[in-house]
Amino acid sequence: MIKRRSIGRRLTLLLAAVAALLSALSWTMVTMLAREAAQRTQDNVLAASITTISETLRSEQGEIRLELPYAAFAMLGAISEDRVFYRVTVNEETLTGYSDLPSPDAGQQGQVMFGSDNYRGAAIRMAATRRVISAGDGPKLVTVTVAQTRDGAGAIAAELSQLAAILSVAFFAVAVALSAVVAATSLRPLNEIAAAVSRRGPSDLRPVQRAAPAELVPLLSALNRLMDRLRNSIRRSEDFIAEAAHRIRTPLATVRAQAEIALHTAQGDNDQERLRRIIRAVDESSRSAGQLLDHATVAFRTENLTRGRLDLAELAANTVAAVEPTASMRDIRLHLDATQAHIDGDAILLESAIRNVLDNAIKYSPEDTTVSLRITSDPDEARLEVCDEGPGLGEAPFDALTERFRRGANTAGIVGSGLGLTIVAEVLAAHGGRLELASSTNNERGGACVTFVLPSA
Amino acid sequence: MRYFCLAFGLMLWTTSAATALDIEEQRLFPGTGDRVLRVLSTTDLDLFAPYILSFQEVRPEISVDYTVVSSSDLHREIRDGAQFDLAISSAMDLQFQLANDGFAQPYRSDAIQNLPDWARWRDLIFAITAEPAVVVINTDRFSGLDLPATRQDLIALLRDNPDHFAGAVGTYDVRSSGLGYLFATQDDRATDAYWRLNEVMGRLEPQLYCCSGQMIDDVGSGRLALAYNVLGSYAADRLAADEGGRMQILQMQDFTNVMLRTVLIPTPAQNTEAAGAMIDVLTTLGMRDLPGEWPLPSLSLAGPLESSGLGPIRLGPALMVYLDPLNRRTFLTEWENAIEQQ
Ligand SMILES: Nc1ncnc2c1ncn2[C@@H]1O[C@H](COP(=O)(O)OP(=O)(O)OP(=O)(O)O)[C@@H](O)[C@H]1O
Ligand SMILES: [Mg+2]
Repeated sequence: MIKRRSIGRRLTLLLAAVAALLSALSWTMVTMLAREAAQRTQDNVLAASITTISETLRSEQGEIRLELPYAAFAMLGAISEDRVFYRVTVNEETLTGYSDLPSPDAGQQGQVMFGSDNYRGAAIRMAATRRVISAGDGPKLVTVTVAQTRDGAGAIAAELSQLAAILSVAFFAVAVALSAVVAATSLRPLNEIAAAVSRRGPSDLRPVQRAAPAELVPLLSALNRLMDRLRNSIRRSEDFIAEAAHRIRTPLATVRAQAEIALHTAQGDNDQERLRRIIRAVDESSRSAGQLLDHATVAFRTENLTRGRLDLAELAANTVAAVEPTASMRDIRLHLDATQAHIDGDAILLESAIRNVLDNAIKYSPEDTTVSLRITSDPDEARLEVCDEGPGLGEAPFDALTERFRRGANTAGIVGSGLGLTIVAEVLAAHGGRLELASSTNNERGGACVTFVLPSA
Repeated sequence: MRYFCLAFGLMLWTTSAATALDIEEQRLFPGTGDRVLRVLSTTDLDLFAPYILSFQEVRPEISVDYTVVSSSDLHREIRDGAQFDLAISSAMDLQFQLANDGFAQPYRSDAIQNLPDWARWRDLIFAITAEPAVVVINTDRFSGLDLPATRQDLIALLRDNPDHFAGAVGTYDVRSSGLGYLFATQDDRATDAYWRLNEVMGRLEPQLYCCSGQMIDDVGSGRLALAYNVLGSYAADRLAADEGGRMQILQMQDFTNVMLRTVLIPTPAQNTEAAGAMIDVLTTLGMRDLPGEWPLPSLSLAGPLESSGLGPIRLGPALMVYLDPLNRRTFLTEWENAIEQQ
C-alpha cells in the first residue's frame, strides 16, 4: 500500500519544528540573560561593598587601619540571604577576614575585579579591589575581597528561567495551532481547484478559469493545456468521423439507386435476392453513417451548447410532424398529449433526440398500432414519455441499450446502427437531464416506454 | 565572676587550643527511650526547663542533655566541632557567624515556614524569642528622682547626681560578655547618646558584669541603683520572684535593642531528627500570641516593633561587622577610654 504523504501535515510539522527550535532557543537565551542579569546585580552590590570598605583604609602610626563599615555588609544582607566572606590583605598578608578566601586575579589599581570560585563547599562570587597606601616603611598594596554565595542570584535566574520555560511552552503550543491553521489556509486554493475539477461533468473539457496563487498557476495552465489538447484531439477525431460518414453516404446513395434499378430489371430469383441483400447492407451502412454524423454533431454542439427557452410540447409536435409520413406508411398512429413544458436547451439537439426515439418506436412496432407521446411538467422537471405497442425492450436492465453500437435481440431484419439511444442519452446528459427506459404498462401487449426527464426552466 | 572566661576564639584563624569547657549548669532530662538530644545553650537552666518538659510531652522517648555555657564558649565549642545536636544562644552575632561560616545544618519544616522572615536566615538559624535590652532600677535608691524615659534623660540624671550614683551604676563588661558587646555595638550604631552615656557612667566608677543575672541581683540588693542594657526577660523573671518589689524595669523610649535568641543545628549533630522536633516546639512556642506562663518572651512582641522600624536586631551579614577583630579592637579601645577614666 502506498502511504500518501500530506503536504498539510508536513507543512504543520515543519512549522511546529521551527517553532520548537525557536522556543528552545528563546528559552536558552532568556535563561542565559537572566543568569547574566542576576550575576551583574550581585556584582554591583559586591563592588559597592568593597568600595565602601576600601574607602575606610588609612594609615595610622605606620600601620594600615581599616574600619569595616556596617553598610558594607548590610547592603549584601539586603539583597539576598547569601553567606558573606571577606578578606583584607596587606602585601599578600591577611590583615583581617577569612585568611583562606581566594581572590580574583589581580587587576589594575582601583579597578574592581570579579571572579567565581568555590569556598567552604559553596559556589561563591567575589569582587576585589586593590589600593596602594603609604604606611611608615613605604607604600603597601592593600587588597579588599568580598565574596558571597550565589544562591540568591541562582534562585532569581532559576525563577526567571522557569518562567521563560512556561512562556516558551505556551508560545510553542500557540505556534503549533497557528501552523495547522496556516497549513490549511495555504492549501485551500489547491483543494478548491481540485474540488472544482472533480465536480465537472465527464465531457467538460473547458479550461479551468480560477484565480490561483502564483505557485499554482503553472500547474493550472499545464492542466488547461492538457485539456485543450485533449479537446482538440477529440474534436479532430469527431470531425474526421463526420467527414468520413459524409463521404461514405454519397457514394452509398449512388450504389443503392443503381442496385434498385438492377433489382427491377433482374430476372432470376437468385439475382433478385442477391440485390435485395446488397440494398439492405447499403441501407445499414447508410444508416450507420447518418447516425455517426448525428452523433458527431451532438458531440460538437454539447461542447458549447446554444441554450434557449423552449417548449417541449412544441419540439415534440414539430418532430411528430416530421416523422408522420414514415409512420403512416406503416399505419402507425402518433398520438401527442401535450401541455406546455418550458425547458432550457438546444432545439436542434433535442429534436434529434426526440426523432431517434420516435424512429425506434415506429421501427420496432408492428403495423397498425399507436405510439403515444405524453408531456407532463412540474416546477422541477419536464417529462416527455414515448410509449409504443411493440415488442418492448426485452430483458431489464435496459441501461446497456444506451451504449454505442448496442442493439437489442429483437432487431432481426430491422435496419439500425445501435447509436440512436446513445445520442439521446448524451443530449439529455448535456442538458442536465436523464433518460428512463421501461416496459409499457398501458396495454396488455407490453411495448416500450422511453422517457426524457429535463429540468424545468 | 568570670571576667576573663572568654578566650575569643571568634575568628577561625585565631582558633586557640581548645580550653576546657567551662560548664555553668548541666542536667539530663531522662526520657523513656535511649536517644539523647544534646543541647548546648546560654540560657539558664531554670528558665529553659519548662521548654524541655514541653518538648518531652510531645517526644517522651527522647532524653535531653542540657548544658549551659557562656555565649563565647558555645561559639568556640561549635566551631571546634563539638558533638551537640542543638545550639541555643542569645549572642545572635556569634550564632549568625556560625551559620555563615558553614557550621550549621539546614532544617526545613512547616513550623519553620510560619516564622516571619526576620526570624530566620537561610533555613540555618531560627529565632525562638525576641528580648529587649532594658534599664533596671532599684526604686529605693530612686526615691525623689524622676524616672528617665530616654537616654538623654538618663545622661542628665547621672550628670546631675554624681554623688548619688557613684559606684552604683552597673553595665556589661563588653570585653567579656558577648551579649553586652552586641547591645553596645547596636547602641553605637543607633545613637551618639551612647558614647555620652558611657562618658558620664565612666566618671561614676561603673561596676562591670559578665552576665545579666548578677547585675539584676545587685540591683535587687541595693548595691546598684541602676543597671544599663540588662536582658529584659531575666529582669522580668527576677522581678516576679522579688517579694520586696524594689526593682523596676524601664524601657528607653528613644529606642530599644531587641535581641533574638536563636537556635541552630551544628554540622556534626547526630540526632538531627530530634533536634528538628525541638526546633519545631521552640519556634511554635516562640510564635504564640499570648505571653502565657512561659519564662521567655514570645517573638510576637517584636512584630509590632518591626513595623515601627524599631524591630529586632537584623539577622544578616552586617552582624559580622563588629565581630571583625580590627573593628572589635577599635570599639573596645574607645569603650575602655570612655568607661575607665580613673
Ligand atoms: N421502441 C422500441 N421497441 C423495442 N425495442 C427497442 C425500441 N427502442 C429501442 N429498442 C432496442 O434498443 C436497441 C438500441 O436502440 P437504438 O436506437 O440505440 O439502436 P437502433 O435503433 O438499433 O439503431 P439506430 O441507430 O438506427 O437507431 C435497439 O436495437 C432495439 O433492440
Ligand atoms: Mg434506433
